[in-house]
Amino acid sequence: MEITPDTSGYMIAGYIITFLTLGIYIFSIYQRNKNLKRDLETLKSFEPKQTKKK
Amino acid sequence: MQSKPIALTVLDIVSIIVLGIAAYLALVFAPTELVMGDVQRVFYFHVGTAWVGLLGFVLAAIAGIAYLITKDMKWDRFEVAAVEVSTMFFFITIVLGSIWARPAWNTWWTWDPRLTTAAVTELIYIAYFMLRQGIEDPEKRARFGAVYTLLGGLSAPITFMVIRLFRTIHPVVIGSQSAEAQGGFSMTADMRTAFFFALFAFTIIFIVIFG
Repeated sequence: MEITPDTSGYMIAGYIITFLTLGIYIFSIYQRNKNLKRDLETLKSFEPKQTKKK
Repeated sequence: MQSKPIALTVLDIVSIIVLGIAAYLALVFAPTELVMGDVQRVFYFHVGTAWVGLLGFVLAAIAGIAYLITKDMKWDRFEVAAVEVSTMFFFITIVLGSIWARPAWNTWWTWDPRLTTAAVTELIYIAYFMLRQGIEDPEKRARFGAVYTLLGGLSAPITFMVIRLFRTIHPVVIGSQSAEAQGGFSMTADMRTAFFFALFAFTIIFIVIFG
């Protein structure tokens, strides 16, 4: 009768890498979105000055 | 900047729930495969991420065609998002495949047709971002990107079909496989449940991240 090998270490490594990669990617999206919002706010703050010049 | 639609917020929560259920089905609910042991459980996420990875590359190619026809920059943004999300998912696919291969094939990597086409596909889309970085004019960047993803999109069906057309050691779980395939297995009903739920979960997660 064949004995099932213990390959649980590989499985754990696989799932850790999967969740870690997903987590890092989602965090990067969050950071980029936050930076984009900040840049848009900065651009908006310049808007009234430009209108006055015209 | 537009606030996030309520439907997407609901979908965010749903995606976390379905990811949890998919992990439970893969790690607990599905039975242990007798020959390979627990490492076979990475198969569910391996195929799930591969599905959305290849789906995104095809969507990017379609967006590329839409851009070339309409010249509307929204298709360029759609294309970049699809490629970025899919490149990330496809990276997970390749890493999980490599982890599975170590105990199943006794090697982390081999230049099998499936592994080679998958690696080439991933490299094509990493190069896509390098190409975009090198072009300053937005319209030129969008045009070049559209043509690139259109050609790059061919790698997705090639990667999918290669194990069904050529002699390869990569197993085909659904459909007939090559005589040289190593590490194949027959899915039980519980394995099928975990498998199809993982496909469903990653489709939802793809939509959420993409949205």
